[in-house]
Amino acid sequence: MGRFLIRRVTGVAVLLFVISFVTYGLFNLVPSNPATLYCGKNCTPEKIAKIEKKLELDQPFLIQYGRWLYAIPLGRTYPWGQSTEATNSDVVNVCPAPCLGYSFRRETPVTGLITDAFPITFSIAIGAFVLWIVGGVTVGVISALRRGSLLDRVLMFLTLGGYSLPSFFTGATVLLFPIIAWGWYPIPHYVPFSQNPFEWAQNLLPLWIVIAILNAALYTRITRANMLETMNEDYIRTARAKGLSERRVIFKHGLRAALTPIVTIAGLDLGGLLGGAVITEKIFTFRGLGAVTVDAATNYDLPVLMAVTIIAAFFIIVANLIVDILYAAIDPKVRLS
Amino acid sequence: MSSVLEDGVSAPSAAPRSYLEVRDLQVHFPTDDGLVKSVDGLSFTLEKGQTLGIVGESGSGKSVTAQAVLGLHKGTRAHLGGEIWLDGQELVHAGAEDVRKLRGSKMAMIFQDPLSALHPYFKVGAQIAEGYRQHHPDVSKSEARDRTIEMLRRVGIPNPDKRYSDYGHQFSGGMRQRAMIAMALVNDPSLLIADEPTTALDVTVQAQIIDLMKDLQSEFGSAIIIITHDLGVVAEIADDVLVMYGGRCAEYGTADDVFYRPQHPYAWGLLGSVTRLDRVREERLRPIPGTPPSLISVPSGCAFNPRCTYAPLNGDRCQTERPELVTVVPGHAVACHLSDAQRTDIFRDEIAPTL
Repeated sequence: MGRFLIRRVTGVAVLLFVISFVTYGLFNLVPSNPATLYCGKNCTPEKIAKIEKKLELDQPFLIQYGRWLYAIPLGRTYPWGQSTEATNSDVVNVCPAPCLGYSFRRETPVTGLITDAFPITFSIAIGAFVLWIVGGVTVGVISALRRGSLLDRVLMFLTLGGYSLPSFFTGATVLLFPIIAWGWYPIPHYVPFSQNPFEWAQNLLPLWIVIAILNAALYTRITRANMLETMNEDYIRTARAKGLSERRVIFKHGLRAALTPIVTIAGLDLGGLLGGAVITEKIFTFRGLGAVTVDAATNYDLPVLMAVTIIAAFFIIVANLIVDILYAAIDPKVRLS
Repeated sequence: MSSVLEDGVSAPSAAPRSYLEVRDLQVHFPTDDGLVKSVDGLSFTLEKGQTLGIVGESGSGKSVTAQAVLGLHKGTRAHLGGEIWLDGQELVHAGAEDVRKLRGSKMAMIFQDPLSALHPYFKVGAQIAEGYRQHHPDVSKSEARDRTIEMLRRVGIPNPDKRYSDYGHQFSGGMRQRAMIAMALVNDPSLLIADEPTTALDVTVQAQIIDLMKDLQSEFGSAIIIITHDLGVVAEIADDVLVMYGGRCAEYGTADDVFYRPQHPYAWGLLGSVTRLDRVREERLRPIPGTPPSLISVPSGCAFNPRCTYAPLNGDRCQTERPELVTVVPGHAVACHLSDAQRTDIFRDEIAPTL
């Protein structure tokens, strides 16, 4: 287990390094020069050259990347000030470790933007996750046990519907009709959990529902299919032959085996969602990572995009690692190392 | 030995005389293709301490019969008919919950493939202990554990206290089947049904498992039904033999009768297709021609008639009239239109010399 962890964590580090390099390279290839964005109306080639020098855009790619990387554990300073004139070299902006870069646009370290946005995204993701896992698995089990019944067909139709509707549609519908037009529910705004857990949940609930509707469908179908398969296994017959109650047969022996594959996709989905629920955040104007990403993309704020990409990749990779470790706990046939 | 039914079926609802008495059992499954008559009018009896072997090809209804006795068809779409009396209690029409309480305690079952019959995610010991606690609700976890370890020791698993915590995949094939036997016997069942218990095992292990079952039977005095297509296993362990074909009984008698004085052409075929290493290899194996019938459209008349060499001897009677089970000598019954004299002659002249 120890050796497995060391090997996997090293792998994660290497993978993140590669991803960051590729991302940095890609953004470097984008045919847009950040310097021109800062140049203002009276732009001259001299001015651009000056800004490039300040932003270190004149340095070779590897130097730029190296400095960016170096700043993550050690922090760095950026020798330019508020003014796009960029003549006052006394102004120094400190970007303390872990420094993920400096937003030219918003004139603030990227790390701060992300740490502000992350709790919002995390709140959205975790609640939606719980909701869709519980909902999806429950509906899947009910459908499997009532296979072929009217209830099964109605549930399968509804989940297919939920899966087919894009989140900009469900999101906008939920926001527009029950909340704005009919006023059944207060317009959600983010309240930190530490401030008021009840209001936190109350405000996040519409977002959770929108995301859960989309994701639950897949879990319903997978649970249903796995459950149907598992209930035909020989060991279920053995459990029945032991005289166990049907409830115990279904929920202990059946569900235990049927849920194993769910862990895999659940981990990856949660990891993916932690990178930001772009559309839902935008619709409900929650300033999570998704909204930060969209703003950065529309403003050519490359350092922010860069950081968000790395963070999203980090969550997916770590989720994957956790799934692997969980698997060893869930499935006795899997041995780490 | 247990009493073999006299001509035909006893009158319904007569008090049972045997420990296990199955009367005119029918198990039909409605499917999209039609009604599958897996078991269609089967009767047999079994006393405590006795062993009944049910033999037949795949799809002859052996396993379905066993599962019907255990009540595993309750709550499914299967249609059950007839009566099953266990120790004076009727099971076919009993409530699902009543039968469930007997399952695993009074009657238990061992399955064919012990790897897939063990739950992959639970410890073997825990699975056995679970069955014990199900029928002994007052027993503590540690008592159930002790009982399980004792059972594992009984069935010959070395280091049972360590193996308790192993999973099915960590056991060898023979050990797995021993664990399944321990699971079946943990509540001292008086009826044990073994559905092809040795099929998935290699030959040396087969012998060990059969010996184990014999030992345990003499120790606990339980009744055993052993379902198999391996006549060697039946010869080894069974007191009575029931030959099934197409969901019905073709021949039923003591093991001696069925092995040494078989009456039904299908039984001749089964015996003739056994590999014999103690004979000169003068010719090829003699399989029974054809394939087992579809249980949706069982051949009219005698289900075996399309494969029977001797069917033409009776004109078209074998195609039109279903033979009833008739007693040849007390304790030995056969369902065949051939006359006693014909069967005796054919067996003496054509079959016996080749066996």
